[in-house]
Amino acid sequence: MTVETAAQAAYLVAALLFVLALAGLSRHESAKLGNAFGIAGMALALIATVALALVGDLSGTGLVLLLVATGVGATIGLYRAGRVEMTGMPELIALLHSFVGLAAVLVGWNGYLHVEADPGGAGAAALAGQDLLGIHGAEVVIGVFIGAVTFTGSIVAFLKLSARINSRPLTLPGKNVLNVGALVAFVLLTVWFVRDPGIWLLAVVTAVALLLGWHLVASIGGGDMPVVVSMLNSYSGWAAAASGFLLSNDLLIVTGALVGSSGAYLSYIMCKAMNRSFLSVIAGGFGIAAAPSGDTDYGQHREIQADAVAKLLSEAKSVIITPGYGMAVAQAQYGVAELTRKLRAKGVDVRFGIHPVAGRLPGHMNVLLAEAKVPYDVVLEMDEINEDFARTSVVLVIGANDTVNPAATDDPSSPIAGMPVLKVWEAGEVIIFKRSMASGYAGVPNPLFYRENSAMLFGDAKERVDDILRSF
Amino acid sequence: MIIGVLGEGDPGERRVAATPATVGQLLALGYDVVVEPGAGRRASFSDAAYVDAGATVGDPYAADVLFTINAPDAARLDRLKAGATLVGVFNPRLDEELVRDLARRPITVLSMDAVPRISRAQSLDVLSSMANIAGYRAVVEAAHAFGRFFTGQVTAAGKVPPAKVLVAGVGVAGLAAIGAAGSLGAVVRATDPRPEVADQVKSLGGEYLAVRAADVEVSATGYAKQMSEDYNERAAQLYAEQCADVDIVITTALIPGKPAPRLITAPMVASMRPGSVIVDLAAANGGNVEGTVPGEVVTTEHGVTIIGYTDLAGRLPAQASQLYGTNLVNLVKLMTPGRDGELVLDLDDVVQRSITVVHQGQLTWPPPPVPVSATPATPPPAPVEAKAGPQAASRSRGLPLVAAGAAVLFLLTALSPVALRGHLTVFALAIVIGYYVIGQVHHALHTPLMSVTNAISGIIVVGALLQLGHGGPVITALSLAAILLASINVFGGFAVTRRMLAMFTRS
Repeated sequence: MTVETAAQAAYLVAALLFVLALAGLSRHESAKLGNAFGIAGMALALIATVALALVGDLSGTGLVLLLVATGVGATIGLYRAGRVEMTGMPELIALLHSFVGLAAVLVGWNGYLHVEADPGGAGAAALAGQDLLGIHGAEVVIGVFIGAVTFTGSIVAFLKLSARINSRPLTLPGKNVLNVGALVAFVLLTVWFVRDPGIWLLAVVTAVALLLGWHLVASIGGGDMPVVVSMLNSYSGWAAAASGFLLSNDLLIVTGALVGSSGAYLSYIMCKAMNRSFLSVIAGGFGIAAAPSGDTDYGQHREIQADAVAKLLSEAKSVIITPGYGMAVAQAQYGVAELTRKLRAKGVDVRFGIHPVAGRLPGHMNVLLAEAKVPYDVVLEMDEINEDFARTSVVLVIGANDTVNPAATDDPSSPIAGMPVLKVWEAGEVIIFKRSMASGYAGVPNPLFYRENSAMLFGDAKERVDDILRSF
Repeated sequence: MIIGVLGEGDPGERRVAATPATVGQLLALGYDVVVEPGAGRRASFSDAAYVDAGATVGDPYAADVLFTINAPDAARLDRLKAGATLVGVFNPRLDEELVRDLARRPITVLSMDAVPRISRAQSLDVLSSMANIAGYRAVVEAAHAFGRFFTGQVTAAGKVPPAKVLVAGVGVAGLAAIGAAGSLGAVVRATDPRPEVADQVKSLGGEYLAVRAADVEVSATGYAKQMSEDYNERAAQLYAEQCADVDIVITTALIPGKPAPRLITAPMVASMRPGSVIVDLAAANGGNVEGTVPGEVVTTEHGVTIIGYTDLAGRLPAQASQLYGTNLVNLVKLMTPGRDGELVLDLDDVVQRSITVVHQGQLTWPPPPVPVSATPATPPPAPVEAKAGPQAASRSRGLPLVAAGAAVLFLLTALSPVALRGHLTVFALAIVIGYYVIGQVHHALHTPLMSVTNAISGIIVVGALLQLGHGGPVITALSLAAILLASINVFGGFAVTRRMLAMFTRS
């Protein structure tokens, strides 16, 4: 047994631990164990790799530099992880994706510098012996391309999610032509690079990929962010896998493929929840297919005050709360949790109905409610709770809009027609917490607000929830 | 504007159209209120209480808006000023003579019992609020006349079985009766031609008895309608069986604009045990029970008491006045969009149109029919088809896609050198594993899952590590940068996942 074979064995174990980690994350009961598996796998992989590098030609200075880089990275990572608000989770995750992307770009460039830029070197000679030189070139370009798309895409997603830039979709003329053009250019440049590697070619590929990543995400609206974030998650996996091919490292390939395919499947689940094709989300633009028919007169909405809502709630038998991004923005989850506790203490059956794309991240609402100590067994998925609305006395819609829009089921001409929504309007009373009568992210008017059993509670969701708590 | 509250001319009417509490709400809407002296006396509201609430006690006939419950007699109607608005319960569907008389006068007449049964108008629906009281009172009257407990007890003096109550017709009154009888401890059963009320009956602790018949009713107006011969026969059979078994029967079956359906025949009454009680809430409209005398209590020769009071709601005068007054306040709210004490009649509004019997001397009765939104409307099949279309298409589109993918993978693997072949195998299998592992994930764990996969994708640090030390300072610098970035990911990702998972707790 040499260090090399031991490292290979460690990689296999690490890869299996990662599979176990993802599997563990599928249930609440085993989720913590899953995370521990992930940590163990990562530790094992790192130790094996450092050992490999040490028996290779890593110098003492190199080791020190490595430790310093890892230490700095760890400090920053742990600091950010400890400080992040749960409402800021989407931004953090998007930002982390960009790091993987950038790292993949750097690894790709290093691959080029090591082999193609140094035709007389040992690396090139070894590859030439196996007739892999051309394939290595292709791997470099592909790795850099995916990494760069992930990098700028995640940066834009981060900027949009943290409201540093406008989250409205960017609509450049001929944006589909731009996207496809970038892909075609990428293929041509790859072929060119394989035949005649040159640093300027790689630079052009990097630039094209950076622009493509930027444009892809910039042209997707804020409402589609759950899909975008999980899509970028998938990209970051593919970037890692591409690096694995470049370095002939099976661990990277396995892990990258795991993350890549799981992210892609998650995006697919999100798209299905919005009844949209994956392609249309990636191509961007929600309201383009059908302009919202804003002329329809839905009649008058009814306004209600916090004390009346408190009265309604204390007389209710069962209450369902359907939160949306607005609850996260207003940081109302603590008040909502307090309200839940009080009502449950009174014997009111309180449950939560979570739409799959509520919030800006898959599962975002669940994390916020968990943070506020809402027990997870009363937090139900749309499919689990949708039939129960008809038997519910009061529904509180807190900062959700498109996910509770009856037009999705009633109005075939609506831009969101066919999207599965929470059927809140079937309940006895629907109270909608909202800042104003404005439309949601989809820009679609919501006839729910004008239903006879709907009442609007205007203002900041957190303040209104606190008002209700005071009125008890 | 001034709102005048009329006293009720009928000596049997104990209710009043406004209470001190509702007067306060009317004042808040910008109106002045004049109450006829003694109007609230029989409902235990003294004139002084009205004055304390901010009303004046005096002659209400000069007011712009007049609140009443029953129609005033002709002499009092003559005293209303031209252009006044009279609000009350005038039963325009049946009382044609009154409607003709009202239409001769230069006034506007709003009849509160014509409020359409749509959710928006529920707050004005006096029939519902009165029926609620009547249903409760019916049980109280029955308990009063019934010589036994309602609740079952085991006492030292022997065991007492619970009373059995049958409620026929599960409208508002029926539901109130079910609730009241149930809370007194009786065993409650209920019948209704509309099967959708079964859940409501259950929710109040009653047992729903279905009539087994072919034509199950789906009502378009929210009220019951007349049923077919076959149904009626089977229903009669059910009532006959039940009458022989129960102690109390409360009938509430009404069909708008028609005489009440006859549910309980004389032989059924005769089959009941002596001491049993029947309360017929439909007595005013002809009665559901053969032998009911409107306004009277009669006892049959078999010892069955039939209560035919027509003023059950009025027997809780203070409560009924408060609810009725609140209904009127809600109407005034609806008709005072400016909150400025100016009553505006908007005939384009379906609720206001429905209750307008006479508009400035013009007969506007009957109003156009209003379909009810709360009924189980048959959903259009269109969305289902629309949904099936793209799905089927995507499935058939998916197949060539899978085939193409397989072909590409096949060629790639077949044409690639040995070293790459192994990697491709691993890659393809890992993708499949990833797909299946994620397929099971609980939706609530999507965020932790993403942060954990994010941490794992920091594995790219391995790649950077392997490059470290090969080649010149540029490569080393780039590797170190990549290591730094990736370790932010690794450590940050796992730490934040830990933090999140620690929050998830079960109740």
